[in-house]
Amino acid sequence: MEIPYTVTARPDTGLWNAKVGIWLFLASEVMLFGGLFSAYVFLRLDADPGSWPHGLLNVPVGTMNTGILIASSVTVVMAWASLKMRKFRAYWWYMLVTILCGVIFLAVKLVYEWPQKFDHFGAFIKKDKLEKYEQYLGNHHLAERGLAPRREITGHLHNKEALHDENAKEYEIALDPVNADPTNPEMDRPHFLYVPPTDKIATIEKEDVEYANMFLPKHSAYFASYFTITGLHGAHVLGGVIVFTYLWLPVGTKLYKRNPEHLANRVEVAGLFWHFVDLVWIFVFPLFYLL
Amino acid sequence: MDASSGLAAHAEHPPSPGSGETGDPHHHDAGHDHHELPFWRKYIISTDHKVIGIQYGISGLIFLFFGFSLMMLMRWQLAYPGQEIPLIGNLLGKMFGPGAVENGVMKAEFYNSLGAMHGTIMIFLGIVPIAFAAFGNFVVPLQIGAPDMTFPKINMASYQAFFCGGIVMLISFFVPGGAAKGGWTSYTPLAVLSDKGPTYDPFWNGQTLWLVGFILLITSSLLGAVNFIATIIQLRAKGMTWMRLPFFVWAQFVTAFLLLLAFPPLEAAVVMQLMDRVGGTSFFMPSGLVINGAPLHISGGGSPLLWQHLFWFLGHPEVYVLILPGMGIVAEIIANNTRKPLWGYKSLVFAALVLGFLSFIVWAHHMWLTGMGSVVSAFFQTTTMIISIPSVIILSAFFISLWGGSIRFNVPMLFATAFLPMFGIGGLTGIPLAFNSADLYLHDTYYVIAHFHYIVAPGTIFAVFAGIYFWFPKATGRRMNEFWGKVHFWPSLICMNIIFLPMFLQGMLGMHRRWYDGGHDWTLAGEKVWGLSGFQWNTPISIAAWVMGLAQLPFIINFFWSIWRGEKVNDNPWEATTLEWTAPSPPPHGNFAVEPSVYRGPYEYSLPGREADFTMQSEPMTESDRKAYEAAAAAGVH
Repeated sequence: MEIPYTVTARPDTGLWNAKVGIWLFLASEVMLFGGLFSAYVFLRLDADPGSWPHGLLNVPVGTMNTGILIASSVTVVMAWASLKMRKFRAYWWYMLVTILCGVIFLAVKLVYEWPQKFDHFGAFIKKDKLEKYEQYLGNHHLAERGLAPRREITGHLHNKEALHDENAKEYEIALDPVNADPTNPEMDRPHFLYVPPTDKIATIEKEDVEYANMFLPKHSAYFASYFTITGLHGAHVLGGVIVFTYLWLPVGTKLYKRNPEHLANRVEVAGLFWHFVDLVWIFVFPLFYLL
Repeated sequence: MDASSGLAAHAEHPPSPGSGETGDPHHHDAGHDHHELPFWRKYIISTDHKVIGIQYGISGLIFLFFGFSLMMLMRWQLAYPGQEIPLIGNLLGKMFGPGAVENGVMKAEFYNSLGAMHGTIMIFLGIVPIAFAAFGNFVVPLQIGAPDMTFPKINMASYQAFFCGGIVMLISFFVPGGAAKGGWTSYTPLAVLSDKGPTYDPFWNGQTLWLVGFILLITSSLLGAVNFIATIIQLRAKGMTWMRLPFFVWAQFVTAFLLLLAFPPLEAAVVMQLMDRVGGTSFFMPSGLVINGAPLHISGGGSPLLWQHLFWFLGHPEVYVLILPGMGIVAEIIANNTRKPLWGYKSLVFAALVLGFLSFIVWAHHMWLTGMGSVVSAFFQTTTMIISIPSVIILSAFFISLWGGSIRFNVPMLFATAFLPMFGIGGLTGIPLAFNSADLYLHDTYYVIAHFHYIVAPGTIFAVFAGIYFWFPKATGRRMNEFWGKVHFWPSLICMNIIFLPMFLQGMLGMHRRWYDGGHDWTLAGEKVWGLSGFQWNTPISIAAWVMGLAQLPFIINFFWSIWRGEKVNDNPWEATTLEWTAPSPPPHGNFAVEPSVYRGPYEYSLPGREADFTMQSEPMTESDRKAYEAAAAAGVH
């Protein structure tokens, strides 16, 4: 038994089966990420003024990753076009570049960006204790300029055991520049480039802290959305890389020899998926890194 | 072959000599693979749409009965709260532990688990798999003249994901603390906080497994939905234009779109709730929660209402996922047994499409009590009113189709006709709930339970039974026993109404749907309807529920007996017109030896100038047909 229209298009619809399938699948993916993004939007709208974090992500690295993904979207089209022109060698190289781009993107995310966050610490000060930490928060200065107040002190946590130890009474933090020098007008806006913590140490009593944690998903609604959405996006990138690798391995060569059009179709469908993953990142990048 | 003699397609398709289970499906094929597949390839991991349909059907029926059994247990607690469960009380205590059933008496936590899992299992593991996946898989490719689904392997993966999801749900009954207790809607923050603490495992607990199971079920429905839509778009046989599709195919087409687009937002929500439970995030947890006097150590800043919005964004289209396939089945059976074309085919199709579209913008009518602004309420109230129009069009078209027909009351038709008033009651009683002022009073009472059960239980489940009796001969080559079918039908119909009609009264008296003692204390108020207080009505309801459980036995026995011993029938025992009846029974792998061609609409019954009172879609046009159609067009019919 043969399923018709797996390679050639059905005359009245002008489509072969997998193309219909992938567009339907992408429609459902739009709804999936749409659900997550709208959750992000509503959580952010609900947040107290000034409590939504800014400038915690590394913009240049994010920009680089954006560039890598866009480049891979170009190379996958080139791979498909090469197949259509029956240039298998060119296809092989373009596909390899695409796969490598995906792998680099994931590596940057998993080896550099995420662990750097896991190593960062933030403590939300109780509302009635804000005055006590004015030297780190600079709220008077902010009020003068009509800006929303700060409630969180961030930096590198020296005594990590304090997070779990009931007997530890305080956190020792090497402050981020914004808390080290809070009245500096340069700190009123988030930094574009990543600035490492200073060597200025602050001691914060646990009693004065409402909630403190490393920059894990549980740190805040912001990091919860960030890790969930980039995690799911990363899973999609991984899925794309696996499919591309499968098509690039000798399995693809065999299929090419049997029916080059079939391989081209498969690359086209996988490429459509890849463009979608790229498109999701085009939303992730400004929402989390820039806004 | 008596009834279908003279059909060109049949000459090439002699009926299968063997029964469904033992017959060699490859006896007639031309150009098919001739090697015999081993048992496990043929029935366990088959890529054949018919086998997958049957797998879905059997698993779905098992889950349906299991979910119903949970309710039969709950009915004991509602009718006789705090009393020892007879016969199986101690056994349940041993199975689920003293935390669930102690000395044969059900505890509140166990009752909550039963309630949550009854809803989940009936909807997501029972009705959707049967009405959509089983019938859709088995019937749709046959009705459109396709050899299989467009993506047979994805189809198989869809069933396997469903199966794993079902197993995860079942396992959750046996982990410490038992299955999920947060209701089938798993409202936050309750659901995030439940099944947590020193006695619970951080992962192997009821609510977390519920979420994991859901991710698998959503994956399954996604794969299925893509496959259905692609199949209907791409694999229609020659001449099978859109307006020649049987209404059942249209219903499945719209249903597939609902699943495709409504389920992913719930998947997003499920992932977020999973993060809340396992990762400690606060997507759905507001700031400042205090539990047992201690502030909760979470970041807060989440929104419980966000869950409700995402859940009901699926939840409302899901209602139409439950009912549309049922309507499709009923349409086929009514046309077949009234022996006349379905009335208003085009209005049915457009009504189904409008229904599908509107179902995406009514979800907040489940949330009148959450304090939405009056503008938002007014919007959703209006859309909810509008969506009743296509439903009424569909139901009216079915009723009008009965008019003037010489109706054959065989078992499928009995179930299909019973569907109509039952769905009507369910639909009309929904209108007070759509008004937010009336809903303030009726919300979360037994009135709501009665309303949606009338749609799903005697509605969709009756349609499902109708479909099983109707297509059973196609799947096995044998017919189910008529007498025992009627023994199944009448008690089921009567019990359904004894169960659900009094619930409207209970609800209007104010009985809350989650009271685990059935309103025992509240009856002290002493208001009586028809001689019984709201609480006292629980006893007749419960007895009817148990009798209905017994009434399913004739069906179960009839089902299995008929697979091997049922009366053998030809390929078209109901003398129907659609393409599935031109294939042999059971159809072989690949369905049709030659791709069928379609020459006319799906319900050409009693065509003037024809000897037989049915004209199959695959029969070429004759001169007399042409005259009949012209006369009909001149008279303004069709």
